[in-house]
Amino acid sequence: MPKKLVVIGNGMAAGHALEELFSRSPDAYEVTIFGAEPRVNYNRIMLSPVLSGEKAYEDILIHDDAWYEANGVTPHRGKQVVQIDRDAKHVRAADGTTAEYDQLLIATGSLPFIIPVPGASLPGVVTYRDQDDVESMLVAARKGGRAIVIGGGLLGLEAAAGLKAQGMDVTVLHLMPTLMERQVDPSAGYLLQRAMEERGIAVRCRANTHAILGEAHVTGVKLDDGTELPADIVIMAVGIKPNAVLGKEAGLETNRGILVGDNMRTSDPNVLAVGECVEHRGTCYGLVAPLYEMAKVVAAQLAGDATASYTGSVTATKLKVTGIDLFSAGDFSEADDRQDIVLRDVARGIYKRVVLKGNHIVGAVLYGETADGSWFFDLLRKETDVSELRDTLIFGQSYAGGASLDPTAAVAALPDDAEICGCNGVCKSKIAQTINEKGLSTLADVRAHTKASASCGTCTGLVEQVMALTLGDKFSRAATEPMCGCTDLGHDEVRRLIGVAELKSIPAVMQELGWKTSCGCAKCRPALNYYLLCDWPEEYEDDGRSRYINERIHANIQKDGTYSVVPRMWGGLTNPRELRAIADVADRYNIPTVKVTGGQRIDLLGVRKEDLPAVWADLNEAGMVSGHAYAKGLRTVKTCVGKEWCRFGTQDSTSLGVKIERFMWGSWTPAKLKMGVSGCPRNCAEATCKDVGVICVDSGFEIHFAGAAGLHIKGTQLLCKTAGEDECIEVIAALTQLYREQGHYLERMYKWADRVGLDAIRGIVVEDHDKRRALFERFEISQRKAQIDPWAERAAGRDAHEFKPMANFTLAEAAE
Amino acid sequence: MSDWIDVGAVEDVPALGSRIVQAPGGNIAVFKAADGTLFALRDRCPHKGGPLSQGIVHGHSVTCPLHNWVISLESGEAQGADQGCAHKIPLRVNGARILLAASALLPNAA
Repeated sequence: MPKKLVVIGNGMAAGHALEELFSRSPDAYEVTIFGAEPRVNYNRIMLSPVLSGEKAYEDILIHDDAWYEANGVTPHRGKQVVQIDRDAKHVRAADGTTAEYDQLLIATGSLPFIIPVPGASLPGVVTYRDQDDVESMLVAARKGGRAIVIGGGLLGLEAAAGLKAQGMDVTVLHLMPTLMERQVDPSAGYLLQRAMEERGIAVRCRANTHAILGEAHVTGVKLDDGTELPADIVIMAVGIKPNAVLGKEAGLETNRGILVGDNMRTSDPNVLAVGECVEHRGTCYGLVAPLYEMAKVVAAQLAGDATASYTGSVTATKLKVTGIDLFSAGDFSEADDRQDIVLRDVARGIYKRVVLKGNHIVGAVLYGETADGSWFFDLLRKETDVSELRDTLIFGQSYAGGASLDPTAAVAALPDDAEICGCNGVCKSKIAQTINEKGLSTLADVRAHTKASASCGTCTGLVEQVMALTLGDKFSRAATEPMCGCTDLGHDEVRRLIGVAELKSIPAVMQELGWKTSCGCAKCRPALNYYLLCDWPEEYEDDGRSRYINERIHANIQKDGTYSVVPRMWGGLTNPRELRAIADVADRYNIPTVKVTGGQRIDLLGVRKEDLPAVWADLNEAGMVSGHAYAKGLRTVKTCVGKEWCRFGTQDSTSLGVKIERFMWGSWTPAKLKMGVSGCPRNCAEATCKDVGVICVDSGFEIHFAGAAGLHIKGTQLLCKTAGEDECIEVIAALTQLYREQGHYLERMYKWADRVGLDAIRGIVVEDHDKRRALFERFEISQRKAQIDPWAERAAGRDAHEFKPMANFTLAEAAE
Repeated sequence: MSDWIDVGAVEDVPALGSRIVQAPGGNIAVFKAADGTLFALRDRCPHKGGPLSQGIVHGHSVTCPLHNWVISLESGEAQGADQGCAHKIPLRVNGARILLAASALLPNAA
């Protein structure tokens, strides 16, 4: 007499466990299966092709009615089990159906996670989990209109692509800075976003949903920043959680999921669990491969093999969107004992990264060409020693064991008529011929004679490879100092390419310019963040993680880890109200040192980090804002009292200084920027050792620049003289903007001026009125977003995690 | 006394960032790399005691905010030509929670 097996859940995990069981011991059990869906077992991971119309529901059925019959399985469709009685060993469904068991298998799967925002339960908000969800989406898609997908993970992107294929206008909202950040690194995430956008899907990263709008039906989504996006349907695809409710109510041990041991049995030895409802060794899985591995062990256990054990899975992910090839597996984090092999084919949009630990592969991310994904995954799972393959590993299986590749081999293999420079239509043989005919040896010569890489310059690397091939040993790369170890490009090249190739994010720069590391270093990240902020002031979102601490939290770190706070005093002017507020703050927060700075303001030293937001709120209250004393940006405009008080004063230098500071505060520059305005040539404001200094004279304003009084002492040079204040401010802003656009990160103005030359700067800022005006206007545009007081933002709660410890233990608590 | 102590949730620590745990034995910095891996070190650079928690995290390293020493998050060792070690604190992740070795929170802990 066969024993009774009851299965709760008729999904892929249960189905696979039964298949395995029947192939091992077909007659061991009399099987009853309960499924909450009114359907038989279908292939849930193929829902995306059903949504996009590439497959029909019938195509994805795994077990039809005949299968259940042939195997003697009693299926209860559309019957949800609501109770397990472990003492009596039977289960009961909502409609009263009961079944007794000797062994019970729970396979209740997972539930979609619904973000708890207002409107989340409105009609028109759907999840993406089963065939019903797909059908509701298809119904909505037939009417056309706008769809918003919340969640830029695997499911969200597949849903977005499917709805787009059905003709909807689709926007993806994703909380994190890059798509699918759990499965792929930022470089692949960037390529993915680009591919989604190329197929007409709008992607908004860092988008936090505030509410779902609508009365009787969804009409749109409101974001935290106040943006409202219209929508006819909203797909919530933010993640899944194990459906462990039934197990928990039955008194089984649960955590996030139902806890199982390596034998796949729960805390009750007669109850097994499998699939997404399970938590095994602290991990819950949401991919199909682990479910199959678990199902095998479940079947073996049920068939009587008590030694069968599941020890966890290494997972691989593939995105099922036609035309986008993405694969990731294992652990692709960086570590000292790991080595990255990175291959970026910029022209074809390919990114491959294999992570090695010792002689083994521990992770892989492939974008654009994933044919070798399974080969890498196999090497990874089997922990194959790849030291022999290493030189050619990244090129994939077809090169495995072949001769080590010359870096120019790819170019050597190109046919003579292969186009190297797309902008100017120059092919490989044209470059080689010209080099030979004219005896060229430098990149500049090749550019001059062939025009290859003379426009946008993104093909420079290829052109250099053609030169290397043609010239052999005679070729040497132009000796530019690279930005850092992550790239061979210098600052100028990177800045130029950010502009011409319209690169608007750090991952975009790293991918398109072939960065050698996956996420940069402490040298290149702050520089790229500045360049992007400068070039795309209206679009680029500042990346706090790529800023030095002082700029990240808007205060100056001191040697003991406390901070100093310097409020702005416009042109060095203050008043009793501000002074009282400063005194009160110093008292209230026990600030040990109050000092007058060299830039005519007051420094509060020794402020504890936790107190910063409160200190700022109090200073804001008295009308003061950040002095940016910590910034690679405008610091102070030092002034003398000018003609208002001084008997030698020729102009109102104080008020001019205040005007300049009011106009220019908040701007980021390559390095710090200090200014001064003196009311007469006696120069009490010491304007001639500043980055920009104005000396007032009877007939107007002399503008001096490129001075310094720090590591180097350098007097300024005279740039020009203006008659009026407005023109003076326009020249200073244009000069600053030119420096912002040309300076290398951390390069002070005087170093930039030495590099570029006084004449070149004067030729633009003084002599070419159109260019000066254009620079001035670009500066004005960039100031729109820059002049938001960072202190007020943080006093109001932004970046709160920066200021609070995660935990604080007293001696007694720690000792317990 | 339990060997491990719960100090917060995994999601409390921003990627490429860090959070501080204050304890009688001195501050501990908990870091999260871009890939989500967590690390804990004494929040003191071996060079001049700078708070490593305030540095830029890149790969599995952090650059000290005071004098740009690069410290390995894996071992606490200074990288490149610099020599010194910021003590590594045993860290475990249990589900969504971060646990630190309880002994590290006490005074005179290594």
